[in-house]
Amino acid sequence: MPKISIQDLKKIKEKERARMVLREGEYRAKITVHMGTCGIAAGAREIMTYFRDRIGQENLTDVILTNSGCAGLCAKEPMITVELADAAPVKYVLLDKEKAQRIFDEHVLAGKPVEDYALARGSETRAT
Amino acid sequence: MPARTADESSNRRISERGAQRDGQRFRHMEDLSLHILDVAENGISAGADLIKIAVEEDLRRDTLTITIEDNGRGMEPEFLAKVLDPFVTTRTTRKVGLGLSLFQQSAREAEGDLEIRSTPGQGTSVRAYMSHSHIDRKPMGNMAETVITLIEGNPDTDFVYNHIKDGRKFVLDTREIREELEEIPLNNPEVIRFLRENLIQGLNELNEP
Repeated sequence: MPKISIQDLKKIKEKERARMVLREGEYRAKITVHMGTCGIAAGAREIMTYFRDRIGQENLTDVILTNSGCAGLCAKEPMITVELADAAPVKYVLLDKEKAQRIFDEHVLAGKPVEDYALARGSETRAT
Repeated sequence: MPARTADESSNRRISERGAQRDGQRFRHMEDLSLHILDVAENGISAGADLIKIAVEEDLRRDTLTITIEDNGRGMEPEFLAKVLDPFVTTRTTRKVGLGLSLFQQSAREAEGDLEIRSTPGQGTSVRAYMSHSHIDRKPMGNMAETVITLIEGNPDTDFVYNHIKDGRKFVLDTREIREELEEIPLNNPEVIRFLRENLIQGLNELNEP
């Protein structure tokens, strides 16, 4: 069995320490994948894998990927929430890999939310 | 048998229609690794900071046993008694909780069952066992993705993953890794990449003939 090598972990630690000094400390973007029973059954883990791969490929150190539980909209899973620093969070629904790709390219990387896949647009408090 | 073939193809048509109507993929727990992810996430919701996952595949005795233990807040006996009822949940956002009863159903389909033990204030242990070679046993699925998703999504929780297959053993304990990494968080992309490779390699070796 491959034993986790202490040497490898030490190398990562030294390298990442040096990087953290360069970084301002805060994350620029946070992607939360809803990982309740409903989300998992609808494919949330694959969505998480997709974002993990992209973050790795783009070598991003300021994007954090995390989980949350059921948001109460089970029929709309898989769902994610994307938060950019200084911007309102956006919830995306009924995701698949293609949609995740557009969200990553346009919202996470370029900063422009993908309205097509967002849960809602505007606010219900302003009835017209 | 022609009748069975017709049945199968009509079932397939129905599920394809279902999937299309959804505009999405077919929704269900496809494999055991997804059940494990689901139960472990329950533990996190219950406030656990340590979750132990053990998978034991004993091909000689033809058993597959999965145990998920957490040190979360646990359940009162009254709640525990009805927790496998599919209409029970602790959630307030939705009325129906399904995860554990779905896992139990999967175990029962493969000549097994699922048991839960819980002590308020101490934690919960879920144990599912089944016949390894049963034709209706769900496949193991991708355990590497389940474990890495748990670690990355919940960097403040520790995970111990033990997988034994016919005497061979793979162990990953984030407590040891955390100690070695000091202030570098477990969800650091470089750490995640390293752990994922370790998981994939370890599980491949476990499954070698």
